[in-house]
Amino acid sequence: MLSLVQGVWRVFLHLFRRRATVQYPEERRRLPARWRGRIILSRDPDGRERCVACYLCAVACPVGCIALQAAEDEDGRRRPEFFRINFSRCIFCGFCEDACPTYAIQLTPDYEMSEYERPNMVYEKEDLLIAGEGKYHGYNFYRVAGLAVKGKDKGEAENERPPVDVRSLMP
Amino acid sequence: MSETVIHLVTIFGVLAALLTLAAGLIWAERRLLALWQERLGPNRVGPMGLLQPLADIIKIFLKEDWVPPLADKPVFVIAPAVVIVAALMSFAVVPFAPGIEIADMNIGLLFFLAMSSMAVYGVALGGWSSNNKYSLLGSMRAVGQMVSYEVFMGLALMGVVVQAGSFSLRDIVEAQDGLWFCVPQFVGFAVFVIAGLAETRRIPFDLPEADNELVAGYHTEYSGMKFAMFFMGEYVGITLISALIVALFFGGWKGPLLPPLVWFILKTLAFIGLFILVRAAMPRPRYDQLTALGWKLMLPLALANLVVTGAVVLAWER
Repeated sequence: MLSLVQGVWRVFLHLFRRRATVQYPEERRRLPARWRGRIILSRDPDGRERCVACYLCAVACPVGCIALQAAEDEDGRRRPEFFRINFSRCIFCGFCEDACPTYAIQLTPDYEMSEYERPNMVYEKEDLLIAGEGKYHGYNFYRVAGLAVKGKDKGEAENERPPVDVRSLMP
Repeated sequence: MSETVIHLVTIFGVLAALLTLAAGLIWAERRLLALWQERLGPNRVGPMGLLQPLADIIKIFLKEDWVPPLADKPVFVIAPAVVIVAALMSFAVVPFAPGIEIADMNIGLLFFLAMSSMAVYGVALGGWSSNNKYSLLGSMRAVGQMVSYEVFMGLALMGVVVQAGSFSLRDIVEAQDGLWFCVPQFVGFAVFVIAGLAETRRIPFDLPEADNELVAGYHTEYSGMKFAMFFMGEYVGITLISALIVALFFGGWKGPLLPPLVWFILKTLAFIGLFILVRAAMPRPRYDQLTALGWKLMLPLALANLVVTGAVVLAWER
């Protein structure tokens, strides 16, 4: 019987505790940098799209909400012709970010994505592409990859040795 | 003539005040529960969320007023009215302050006990006429609960009656001039608070509702204004029990400095707060535990209290 009264008193004391409520629209929580929120496509330091349209994100996506079409520029760089994420399907698992070999697709700490119309949940490349580099700075896929594109031949990438002539016996 | 006018003003004043208070309690309860659970509660509509009841009322008016096809329609419609009418009727005998009272009956306390038993009819019939097994289980529990608490509820009050020598609530308040009855009648007070919790069907004893086992118990099938009547009935019931605790055990309108009516309202609000606090803190017992508590502990306690009080009062008069 006494324990019941004690319990009531203890609950009463909670009146003076700090509130757990975050009054959302006025007050916002500070989200961790690696929060898995709205998906963006980032650009490399030169301001070009990082995405090389390898389809790995679309394959990794467990709900199949990513659709894209690869295209190739005249300078030999691959890029997506269109890139579409259906956010009404997306579960924000982050597998696309894990799969991406070029840091192009990234999840950001933004969760305010409510829409009144379902079609508005489908984001096209213009909606996804941001001006900056996102979470990973200074990375440029074509500058470190051994792939030859216009203006950068084989062996000219950063930390890349010149190509070996396989027909020669000389070291 | 003027006496009739004063009477009418009192009646409508009390009615208006009670219905407003019952609506306001929706906000107060949600807010207080939240505060005791480290939340904030409704604070968006109006200043501090005070207009929340208004929003709730508008919402509940716009709801479909549905009667289940297989329900016993007349009974289904009457049941919620019985609950709220019984709760409001009891206020006829509550003395708010000297002169502010609807009826000073010499059997006031008995009238209250009769009316509180009537309220169970509303619950029992509401659950039965819904033609829903959960509703029926809820109203069965309501009746079982009534059987176990009504007896000791009445007996707990008899100690007060013996000390005051009257069934009239006004006389009882007047008799507490020197010492409030909560001191000599502490056992009666404790037993009455527990019975009052059971009477209002609130959390420790909300077996007829029992959201997590019976959906919503006896008012599962109710919607719209009919549901609101059950809801209002519950809040009027809390106010009633609090007002009666104040009148019977805490000296009614008596208190220093402030005007009598203010004292009465303050004390009543404090007890309403206590009821809400108990709701925030306590788990629900099983129905057999409630019945056992009622018959094996509360009834003997109330009887012993009555016997001792009677003996002491007799010896005093000798």
